Amino acid sequence: MHAIPAVLTELSALDLSRWQFGLTTVYHFLFVPLTIGMVLLVAIMQTAWVRTDNVKYLHMTKLFGKIFLINFAMGVVTGIVQEFQFGMNWSDYSRFVGDVFGAPLAMEGLLAFFFEATFIGLWIFGWGRLSKKVHLATIWMTAFGVLLSAYFILAANAFMQNPVGFEINEAKNRAELVDIGAVLTNIVALNQFPHTITASLMFAGAVIASVSAYHLKRNQQVSTMRTSLRFGLWSVIVGGIGTAISGDGLGLAMVQTQPMKMAAAEALYNTSAPASFSIFTLGTPDGKSELFSIRIPNLLSYLSTHTLDGEVEGLNDLQAQYVSAFGPGDYMPIIWVTYWAFRWMIALGALSFLIAVVGLWLTRKGKLELPKWVWNVAIWAAPLPVLGISIGWLFTEMGRQPWLVFKLMKTADGVSPGINGVDVLISLIVFTLIYGVLAVVEMKLLLAAAQKGIEEEKSEDAADADQLTVAY
Amino acid sequence: MQLNEIWFLIVGFLFIGYFVLDGFDFGVGMSLPFLGKDDTDRRVLINTIGPVWDLNETWVIVAGASLFAAFPEWYASLFSGFYLPLLLILAALIARGVAFEYRGKGHTIGANEVRWKATFDWMIVVGSALPALLWGVAFANIVQGVPLNIDHVYTGTLFTLLNPYGLLGGFVTLTLFWTHGLIFITLKTEGEIKVRARALATKVGVVTTLLAAGFLVWTLVAHFSVLGFILAALAAVSLIAGLFANFMNREGIAFSLLVLTIVTAVGSLFASLFPNVFPSSTNAAYSLTIENASSSQYTLTVMTWVAVFMIPLVLLYQGWTYWVFKKRVSRKSIPAHSH
Repeated sequence: MHAIPAVLTELSALDLSRWQFGLTTVYHFLFVPLTIGMVLLVAIMQTAWVRTDNVKYLHMTKLFGKIFLINFAMGVVTGIVQEFQFGMNWSDYSRFVGDVFGAPLAMEGLLAFFFEATFIGLWIFGWGRLSKKVHLATIWMTAFGVLLSAYFILAANAFMQNPVGFEINEAKNRAELVDIGAVLTNIVALNQFPHTITASLMFAGAVIASVSAYHLKRNQQVSTMRTSLRFGLWSVIVGGIGTAISGDGLGLAMVQTQPMKMAAAEALYNTSAPASFSIFTLGTPDGKSELFSIRIPNLLSYLSTHTLDGEVEGLNDLQAQYVSAFGPGDYMPIIWVTYWAFRWMIALGALSFLIAVVGLWLTRKGKLELPKWVWNVAIWAAPLPVLGISIGWLFTEMGRQPWLVFKLMKTADGVSPGINGVDVLISLIVFTLIYGVLAVVEMKLLLAAAQKGIEEEKSEDAADADQLTVAY
Repeated sequence: MQLNEIWFLIVGFLFIGYFVLDGFDFGVGMSLPFLGKDDTDRRVLINTIGPVWDLNETWVIVAGASLFAAFPEWYASLFSGFYLPLLLILAALIARGVAFEYRGKGHTIGANEVRWKATFDWMIVVGSALPALLWGVAFANIVQGVPLNIDHVYTGTLFTLLNPYGLLGGFVTLTLFWTHGLIFITLKTEGEIKVRARALATKVGVVTTLLAAGFLVWTLVAHFSVLGFILAALAAVSLIAGLFANFMNREGIAFSLLVLTIVTAVGSLFASLFPNVFPSSTNAAYSLTIENASSSQYTLTVMTWVAVFMIPLVLLYQGWTYWVFKKRVSRKSIPAHSH
């Protein structure tokens, strides 16, 4: 090796790799939910246009289709990083679980990702080249590919939360797949999937409502924007109800598979029956006991077991169980993170839902004469669902710690043995810089497209038949 | 034939598919400063790959995921070992992808149009040339073998990979993909730009032939296999024939022959590798092979079913995409004021 200052060689490849994975994943997943939600909603808009021939649905399809696409490109390019990172930074993890974990990833590629990439190209460039119905089919095919893709990725993630369908091969020191059906019907994946999809609908709906509110506030493009506003708000509401119901199911699955995570979500130190749900807790600085809290009696029991007085296991008891099962060590995640992340996730979702309900009520029967600040609330409410989604994933992933694969492999044991801190520092800086610059450009372009709103189409006959309908 | 052999073929097929498809995207990207005399020209060039470049890029993701599922040890050792080159490839692919999307949108946010486009054009050029070079460096080193310890962990540095054989491999892929892209341009455009592309393809093609001949001879001397020899010979013949067809203005035949060249050339590398997948230059006993790097029988069986059903289907609907967008692009097809 070349002479490298001691301070740099001591940089931990593990810590930096964790930061890098966290940073790149959260960033990637800012774009994914909008893609998932928007492709479904745009498909619905385009269906409405094909069925009714009402031009306002075409305008909506084009405007929100454009926002969807600006966003989709970012999802794709940042997604490659995700795929490569397992091998680059987490090669011992990849060696240990590749036999199981690789399968859903490869299935995602072969079954879903090729599919969505192909049909989205056809959709973008197929305007005017494909017949109306075939073109409509391409957006639904894209939506189907996006959903399928999401399912396989969530099934892969679910294996890390709740490993199933495998056996340990001692000789090869790895987990081996024995039941692909079990991996693909993991109870965590089955519950995480609707939760992710409906939360994505909330985000896309909130973005649609926000863009529409921007134009309605200025009294422009009113007839289309009123329809899209209410369509967006309804999407937030439907998505919100779905998110709550699926979140309840996911909570039950979590208690069953990762009781430590639920205890950490609630900062419940001692096993309780019945258990109350705290809305706000102040703890002692060491986090070992609480000073003050506001509580709803029996709610935690209900959330965890669907009975009012069910027993919920506490952190200290679980810690003792894990020490006896896996040897000495700290098996608790960072409690203040899980506790507050769990609450903020719920609060942001609920707030977004409430805003949508109030918005629908205020604009009932065609009313649009509203004070400016009401429109501003609708405009600025767009990021609430995606904040909730990001925080929800922070909870899911940090609540899994110290495990990389729950009860099978610790995060510290998964990092690549061959990489050094300097390499990872370089990559962390490169990704931070690129992602930072892209975030700025991306936001500017998205805002510009949103503020421009509907672009009047040139009439079909005026366009030269040889010209590309969409061109770079 | 055993399942791990089948998967060696499938992984090879996916990487070959990636190089054939994204290869011409790289070539088109590299050609921007050479063929694009003005912005309309450059837009013509970019629109030849407009509807398909991200679809083509998808192949590397699927190839990587298949490697992960079928040969986890290979995936883990290769990707962690080639950490910095892969970082550069990722950065380049990101830069290229967003540049395609962003270059026409500067006017929407009031940017200086000329500077905005010039910036993204350079990102496309570098974002195309760098992966074209580095994939060759990476694959040449895989064939040659790299320092791996008994746990199959790479013990070299970035500079270990920049050896003469690796670099020569890199320049072969760089020029080969460039030629491939230029001939793709002759197939997808008309008018003056097509004439310029054809002339440049001949020049770059001659350089490619010389570099590739040296590389293939080196490969055969150092890592001889009968199949590798046959494939390499085929690659050489089809490259020369392809250049001749290009010279004779038969772009359809020329492009097909370039596809055949890439298929056989990369195929010959995989043939030279077999049955190793990641040989160790430290000690042959530490090499990864299709035996010790592969997944369990069960996983390979499941994945084989998926691949056998899906790959033909994928080829079918991707083929349909190319058919839908078969029309040539010319200056006339670029709408004046939309972007």
